[in-house]
Amino acid sequence: MTINEIQDEIIDEFSLFSDWMEKYEYIIDLGKHLPLIDEQYKDEEHLIKGCQSQVWLHAGLNGDKVAFTADSDAVITKGIIALLVRVLSNQPAEEVARADLYFIDRIGLKEHLSPTRSNGLLSMVKQMKLYGVALHAKN
Amino acid sequence: MPVTAQKGFDVEKLRSDFPLLQTSMNGKPIAFLDSAASSQKPARVIEAMDTYYREKHANVHRGVYQLSQEATTAYENARELVRDFINAPSAREVIFVRGCTEGINLVASSFGRRFLDEGSEVLISAMEHHSNIVPWQMACEDRGAKLKVIPVNDAGELQMDEFERLLTDKVKIVALTHVSNTLGTINPVREIIEKAHAKNIPVLIDGAQAVPHMQVDVQELDVDFYAFSGHKVYGPTGIGVLYGKEEWLNALPPYQGGGEMIETVTFEKTTYNELPHKFEAGTPDIAGAIGLGAAIEYVRSVGYEGIHAHEMELLHYAARQLQEVEGIRFIGTAREKASVISFLVEGIHPYDLGTILDKLGVAVRTGHHCTQPLMERYCIPGTVRASLAFYNNKTDIDRLVEGVKRAVAMLR
Ligand SMILES: Cc1ncc(COP(=O)(O)O)c(C=O)c1O
Repeated sequence: MTINEIQDEIIDEFSLFSDWMEKYEYIIDLGKHLPLIDEQYKDEEHLIKGCQSQVWLHAGLNGDKVAFTADSDAVITKGIIALLVRVLSNQPAEEVARADLYFIDRIGLKEHLSPTRSNGLLSMVKQMKLYGVALHAKN
Repeated sequence: MPVTAQKGFDVEKLRSDFPLLQTSMNGKPIAFLDSAASSQKPARVIEAMDTYYREKHANVHRGVYQLSQEATTAYENARELVRDFINAPSAREVIFVRGCTEGINLVASSFGRRFLDEGSEVLISAMEHHSNIVPWQMACEDRGAKLKVIPVNDAGELQMDEFERLLTDKVKIVALTHVSNTLGTINPVREIIEKAHAKNIPVLIDGAQAVPHMQVDVQELDVDFYAFSGHKVYGPTGIGVLYGKEEWLNALPPYQGGGEMIETVTFEKTTYNELPHKFEAGTPDIAGAIGLGAAIEYVRSVGYEGIHAHEMELLHYAARQLQEVEGIRFIGTAREKASVISFLVEGIHPYDLGTILDKLGVAVRTGHHCTQPLMERYCIPGTVRASLAFYNNKTDIDRLVEGVKRAVAMLR
């Protein structure tokens, strides 16, 4: 599936939730259950520091596609990471670099990617795109 | 003793003085428990500033015309209100600054240039806000001086034996918070000032978190410098106060240069204006000062006795109720505490807790509260902090406790 197809799928899934509680319960569930990153990458080098929560991000190459794994010390942050990884991982580097992540706004989680939130997520997305740019240039 | 026993203290009536407390957050009436970051404003403060801009505004200390005279009078009247509020001997010792941060930067920079040199030390504590760490670090770096830190114990109290050990002849100034914004600890500043003075060492107190909760008397404390922010004591943002003893302020070089702070200017040499103007370069925040004056009048009309009794009752109520949450751990359990309650719940990240509380209309602060070294001391990523003001009521606390329980159920 393309990046936008996955985004639309997520938007569809979220439209089933009737209130913020259900939505957050789902995100928390994602955050709790997904093993997102190899322990060996949870180090200083892969750390994106936020004031509120921290994020670890690793990018690997899977053929001509970028494979992302990531993690966070906060569950809600981690749940949102799971969504971002689902959208951007295993996509062509070029697509990652120019992706327009409209789903975050549409499912009502924009606040988590605001610069004032300082949870590491916004920097993570920037970092993911930079990987996309770099890997695309390299290929 | 129930708060209602406090003469004339009626929290519901006082709440109605604050327009913002009538609003909602995420569709729920707001339970505002972040007053240590910044307090809400009573209508009186907002109106005083509004009236000033509508009817009285002109630049101060500059015009011979009536309006400028009136503005100057209003501005200087605010200074007098502050003087009386903290019982400073003279209004010359009351400097309007942008906030507590600027007050500390002023002293660190000017004091540093005059009195710090290689081999000298500045003594702070492990519970300082970044704004009472970084300016001193910068001054020390500049002058080749060293920063020394008084440690805190597990309860969040200063280790006084260590303080005495660190108070050597090398120390040129002690800079300490009156009340910790993260732990709520009220430090024994009077004793500390006495001990420092016995060695002729001046003391700066960061009063940002004290002034909203207690009557501060700079003469009784015998403090050399005392800084606080207007916006934490029900006044506007952008204005704060630095009190300094006249002899110290006269001994310091100016902080910033510009208009207002000069006596005569030639390209060869400028002579400086007298206190307090020497430290107030440029057009000041006139409306802010007037708003702060109104806030001070308001707080005094409420009365610190009632404020204290009410806040303590709420603090103890909150601690009791939160105790029921499984796995809760309070950070900061000093014997002497202001109405700040910092906690963690086992296995739950503060960010997650804060996010769910936000959805429930409960405003708390999460994170390191600008005290990263203190978080390191306790080996924690941050805390959830509820900070109470006199306008909070038991409903606010109940909503916090319910919210925490609900969040814990979702997150565990
Ligand atoms: C103890 C303490 N000191 C200093 C400050 C800085 O105050 P301001 O940001 O208003 O200058 C704060 C504010 O959070 C504080 O809590």
